[in-house]
Order: sequence, then structure tokens, then C-alpha cells
Amino acid sequence: MADTPILSVTGLTRKFVQSTPMTTQIASLITQRRWAPEKAVRAVNDVSFDIAAGETLGLVGESGCGKSTVARLVAGLLTPTSGTILFKGKLLQTCSQKELLKIQMVFQDPLSSLNPRMRLAQQLTEAITVHGIVSRSEQETYLRGIFGDCGIDPILANRYPHQVSGGQRQRFGIARALAMQPDLILCDEPVAALDVSIQAQIVNLFAKLRRDRGLAYLFISHDLNVVRHLCDETIVMYLGRVVERGPSTAIMANPRHRYTDDLRMAAPRVSATKRNFSPVHGEIPSPLSPPSGCAYHTRCRFVDTRCKTDMPPISTTPTGAFTCHNPISIT
Amino acid sequence: MTLLDIKNLEVSFSARKGDLRILYGIDLTLQPGEILGLVGESGSGKSVLAKAILGLLPGGGSVSKGAVLFEGQDLAQADPKAMRKIRGNRIAMIFQDPMATLNPVLRIDEQMREAITAHRSLPRAEVNARCIAILNKVGIPAPEERFVSFPHQLSGGMRQRIAIAIALLNDPVLILADEATTALDVTVQAQILHEMHRLCADEGTALIWVSHDLSVVSGIADRIAVMYAGRIVECGPVEQIVLNPRHPYTLGLIRSVPAEDSTGHELHQIPGLMPSPGALPQGCVFAARCFAATAHCRDVAPEYTETNGHGFACHVPNQGGQI
Repeated sequence: MADTPILSVTGLTRKFVQSTPMTTQIASLITQRRWAPEKAVRAVNDVSFDIAAGETLGLVGESGCGKSTVARLVAGLLTPTSGTILFKGKLLQTCSQKELLKIQMVFQDPLSSLNPRMRLAQQLTEAITVHGIVSRSEQETYLRGIFGDCGIDPILANRYPHQVSGGQRQRFGIARALAMQPDLILCDEPVAALDVSIQAQIVNLFAKLRRDRGLAYLFISHDLNVVRHLCDETIVMYLGRVVERGPSTAIMANPRHRYTDDLRMAAPRVSATKRNFSPVHGEIPSPLSPPSGCAYHTRCRFVDTRCKTDMPPISTTPTGAFTCHNPISIT
Repeated sequence: MTLLDIKNLEVSFSARKGDLRILYGIDLTLQPGEILGLVGESGSGKSVLAKAILGLLPGGGSVSKGAVLFEGQDLAQADPKAMRKIRGNRIAMIFQDPMATLNPVLRIDEQMREAITAHRSLPRAEVNARCIAILNKVGIPAPEERFVSFPHQLSGGMRQRIAIAIALLNDPVLILADEATTALDVTVQAQILHEMHRLCADEGTALIWVSHDLSVVSGIADRIAVMYAGRIVECGPVEQIVLNPRHPYTLGLIRSVPAEDSTGHELHQIPGLMPSPGALPQGCVFAARCFAATAHCRDVAPEYTETNGHGFACHVPNQGGQI
């Protein structure tokens, strides 16, 4: 079964419906003799991707593009409106509790994902006990092994989350996910809240764990530098849709979609001279009323009439795909 | 004439176990129109320095030594009344979280008008016109509409623009920005950096941009000061700091940022953590995390030496540029 990807997502869509107030409903019934039209947001729209065992997939985009919703869908915290999620070839909804344990999440802010009133070691022990990962007598050795892998000083384990530094807290967040012996870890902006020097430590930790344990990651981040560094493949999302995909280095070096290029140019980098920022105009439009045609046309500098009316088709390249009417030509 | 001249500034916080020193002998100058980047990890004292300039130190904190000379006046000795005349008028500040800066129950127009009328009395129509003009300047679309909105009705980027607009209302000569784009998307961050740069160049406003991210600062600043454990460990023109960092800490910060050619390699990391202010080591404060530290470093604190506007405090300075 070496060919089956660990995670296979096809046509994933999630719609959030805003409830209409009763008064609006009644007013609509009286005046128009029908129910008020529902207000829906397609937070994730027809997203497909595969993650092979041991592979790292990067997911980038601005806030509100649906990248966290994808992670929540894959984690089973939300149910998809349509589309399928196959975990190791099996439909996610039919996976048993035990199989689902093999998918774990690491969140942005460990201070809000760890229990503030429990000692750090206790929280990990609890997870191990509840799920019966190892027998009670082996727990301590098992935990020590996990701490060693995550570079955690065991002295810190008896502290509370607020008593350790942000980088250490994130290590505990990773340790807790790792204690479940996962095959896939969903990382939702795991380094966004950290200082640059600490961020490097955590990025290296992710790379080491992948090497040692053959973990696969879905790595969500807005930081293109980190994604390029860590991820094999990258998906760029805009307003719930995938606009470009391909190998990370190729996407960053030779993007085809204008949005990917704009993101790349906006990313800060160490430069010896003042940079001429040529920023993208405006902000991500409201997903309640997405623009017609290409969703990016309201901000794109290379927009023409076709972009405003027609949804660009998916163009495939030897290594990836993109959806743009006026792609950047390969030089 | 020097706009801001910080001389041997020390800030202490009173704690139960006695005073805790947070800033140690900070020397810093700023010329009119200059953009200074202040970089350091959390806990390095960069925000405390910015707040000390404006006399906004939180409870228990005070300037224990040194002077903050702003246009010849020592702000560290100024009484609260004099400070109120300077704050938001001659010197403005922009914070990280605009939701904490803006009053959630007041409309934008009221908050903006207040910033002007606190310092001068102008006819209301003139005040409004000024506000709208500034909103236009910071790149807010449909400013008349936004002017009468509440903060929660705007996006994070818009709110930060409003905070910047309020800072600009009284034509300050110095703006302090404390992690002003940290919470924003990269696209919005680029927009704001672009506009701040343009506005400061147009008006000749000096700017101190505080950030933990050297890559953000290097794109906008003329000069960069790197802080560590309450000290400035290196300071100089951007091209000197980036191409020829002398302090190992600066070098570590630059190399921690994933670069184009780092894929697949291990990222450079600075091991360990910054020492806490109560438990500073003897000798160089960075010695415990430094790859080049010698026994001498652990015993004797290095002096800050400056040549051609590029200064650093290190016994074993880096010689080989970035690599």
C-alpha cells in the first residue's frame, strides 16, 4: 500500500450559513411571498490535494482564505458540506476513534491550547492514559523519550504553561501531539507567534521529527520563507479556492499566478538597502459576496475584462497547476 | 540638530525583592527625518525603551539614570503636564494591537477629533476636513464612510491605518511604532510599510520602528539598533548591519530567517533563551548562547565601541560578513 497517500482530499467544500433573523424572514414572506435568501460563505471551495507518507504540504494565504478551515475539516472538527477526505484510503467519517488518533494538531498559541490549570506533564500523561497508548508502568519512560525528542528539559515538565517561555510551550504542544504516535500532524501557524530565533528552533524541530519518525505534515502558515524552507509541496489559497500548487521551491522561484507573485513580493526579507515596497492594493474581499470571475481580479494589476466575468480554468504544468487568465510566463 | 538624544538611559522596575534593572546605559541619537529600526527578541527591552521615551512606563517603572533629550528638552525630567503637550502632538506612538488603542465604544470620528482638540482649538469643520485628508493619505478607501464607523466594523489592517492616521493628525516630528505590523497579513504589512515610508519621507518625520523581525526592519530603516537583555549590542547603518554584522547575536538573527538557499538544510538557531532581568550573568550577557564565546567573555562585559557610525559590544566580533 505504499502508493496510497496518507491523506487524500477531493473536492472539499465547506459552506457556513448565516442564520437569517426571524423578523427578516417574516418581512420577506409578507413582501415577497418567499423565504429570505440564505447568506452563505463558502469558506473552502472545491479543494483537492494529496499528502504522501512523510511528505510536508504547505498551505499559504491571507487570513480569511480558508486555510484553517481546511485543517479543521481534515481533523474532523468540522464536517464537509461536500467532497471526500480519505485518511490512509479510508473515508474520514468512517474511521474509528483509534484511527483518528493518528491525526494530531499543533496550534498557533500554545497558551490557549494547553490547560492553564494543569501541570504540563499531567496534561501529557492524561492524554496517554485516556487513549491507552502505553501501560501505566511504562508511562514515565515513554514521556521522557518524547521530551527528549522535542528537546524539552524534564525539569520544566512539572511547571504550569505560564511558567515556561513561548518556545518551550510550543515544544509541549508538539510533544502532546507526538505522544499519540501520529502519522499526520496538522500545524496551524505553529511558529507565527514566536521570535525569529525561537522560530528557527521550532522549524528545525519539525524537520528533525519528520526525519526521525517519517511524519507527514499539513503546514499552514502565512510566512512564505518558512513554508519554502520546510515544505515539499505548497498550495496557495485565495478566498476558499486553490489558486496555485506545485513544489515549494518552484512556486517561490517561478510563480505562475499573479497572487502568488504578489504574496512573494510582499514577504519581508533581510535586505541591505531600503526596499521599494510595491504592495498589492486593497484587502481580501468579503467571502459573503465573492467577486465574479477570478476572485483576485479586484486586486490584481494585470486584470482584463475576461478576468472579471470568467472563472479562469485550471492550467496544469509539469509539476503543478494554477488558475489564472494572465499567468506569468516562464522565463 | 539632533532630534532625539538618549544619554546613558537606565530604567528600573521596583519589585518585591528590590529594584530590577531593565535597561542598561542606552545611548541613541536620532536625526530629523531618520528612520531607526529597533530589533530584539521579546524581553530585550525594546518596548520599554520606546515607552520610556514617551514617559509611558507601566506601574513601578521609572528612569533611574540618564536623559532623554528631545529637541533639547529632557523628557525624563519633564512633568506630566509638559509630557501631555508632547505626547500625540510632537511625538506620536503606534502600538501593535489597534483594537487596544482604539476605544471600542466610540466612533472613529470622535476619536480622531479628540486627538486634535486635545492640543489646539479649531473650528469643527476644519477638524473634520483635516481628519478626512489624513485618512485619505494613509490609504483608506471611502474615508467619509469609515470616518463614522466603529472600530469593530473595520478589518485589522484598516484599524491599524486608523491608528496611524491618528498618530499623524498633529504633524509629529517623531513617530514610535511598536510592532505595528506584527499582527497583520504580509500583504497588508507591505502596504503599511510602504505608506509609512512614503509619509515619513514626504513630511520629514523621524520614525523609530520597533520589531522582533529583522527582515521587516531592514526594508524600511536607515539605521538599525539591535537590543539584547536591556542593552544595545550593535547599532549602525542598515547595509553595515546586514552585510557586515559584527555582533554574533546580530549574525544569529540574520541567519535564523529561512532564506532561498536554506531549503533542506538545518536552519541556524541561537540556542537557549534570553536570561531573565533578575538573573543576568557576569561578563557578556550573550556569552551563554554565543558560539564564539571565550572564558574572557564570561568574566568581563565588553565595552561598546563605535567606528564610522557602526558600533558594537563584543570581545570576539564577527569578521566574515554574513557567513
